[in-house]
Amino acid sequence: MSHNTNKADKIKEISGANPLKCMKCGKCSATCPAFDEMDIKPHQFVSYVINDDIEALASSKSLWKCLSCFACIERCPRDVQPGKLIDAARQIVIREKGADYLKADEIPELLDEELPQQLLVSAFRRYRR
Amino acid sequence: MKYTYYPGCTLRTKAKDLDTYARKCAQALGFELEEVENWQCCGGVYPLGSDEIATKLSSVRVLNEAKEKGQDLVTLCSACHHVIKRVNDDMKNVADIQTRANNYMKLQEPYKGETNVLHFLEVLRDRVGFDNLKKMVTNPLTGKKIGAYYGCLLLRPGEILAFDNPENPTIIEDFIKAIGATPVIYPYRNECCGGYISLKEKDMAKSMCDTIVESAKGFGAQMLITACPLCMYNLNKNTVGDVPVYYFTELLAEALGVKEDAE
Repeated sequence: MSHNTNKADKIKEISGANPLKCMKCGKCSATCPAFDEMDIKPHQFVSYVINDDIEALASSKSLWKCLSCFACIERCPRDVQPGKLIDAARQIVIREKGADYLKADEIPELLDEELPQQLLVSAFRRYRR
Repeated sequence: MKYTYYPGCTLRTKAKDLDTYARKCAQALGFELEEVENWQCCGGVYPLGSDEIATKLSSVRVLNEAKEKGQDLVTLCSACHHVIKRVNDDMKNVADIQTRANNYMKLQEPYKGETNVLHFLEVLRDRVGFDNLKKMVTNPLTGKKIGAYYGCLLLRPGEILAFDNPENPTIIEDFIKAIGATPVIYPYRNECCGGYISLKEKDMAKSMCDTIVESAKGFGAQMLITACPLCMYNLNKNTVGDVPVYYFTELLAEALGVKEDAE
């Protein structure tokens, strides 16, 4: 448990967010454009951090579905910043060696003629270390 | 008026139009864009982690260059604007990031967020003025029904971007009016296009972009305008393509009668 607690603390530290401010109104999930694709929804994500259940978050699909579009952050009435918690969990995963969500080898087949450089640099920053 | 200008990686490659038209328009409107020397890519997305310092440094370099020149910094790509504006806020208000970034930079005088960062649209609104812009339009786009596509990067977080009301923005609609066309308000104009998700989650990007374009079409938009190369790509790539998407600078160049010069 202490190992997990450390990770929960790390998530709070990296994100600078305080999940305890959450009043569970669900507005973050209601406004999330990726809601349908997420196994752990944004409001649940906050509860998982409160409960130190970090292993579930680390293996969650939600990490790779979040767009960091800041809709949840903008619209949260309590300034909990769920999107920042999700990004911090993503950071914890990709900072481990070999845990990148995007491998260099798979990139060539994902490219097309019009694909802007901006997309690649953004994906690199969110998906790998 | 002279501004320091940061084009960013995509404006040199896949989004040359966004840049070329903007430069022509600036000339026509009487302000100068002086490109930052040896600029580096902003990284595309803002590094959210409070312990991420190295990934914020390319923005700090650009911000400091503008400060040394005593000029405001103008951006054009929504992503670059978002990243640089947020890093600037960190350098001004987050003591830990300010200290650590300056330790890396070893500048003669530490950078503390002094530079004023303006998106090209803000220059049009706050410096040129939409009323003046309207007077300078020689070829008004009368009768065109245009939907503004803001996306997420220009507006949120509203407190830091301070670009416009994040839930009910008007700046691009006012721009559309200034060039003589009719703005179309539709509910998805400030929702995300999917951004980088379209690399690996194509179905998801497709469904998000379909929703946006269908919404705009339903409210009568004949075309959409954007300031973001990635929004442009996603909206073109992930929909059937019956609503054309343009960079706002292309329509501005057309309205100012300088479009051909740029081509």
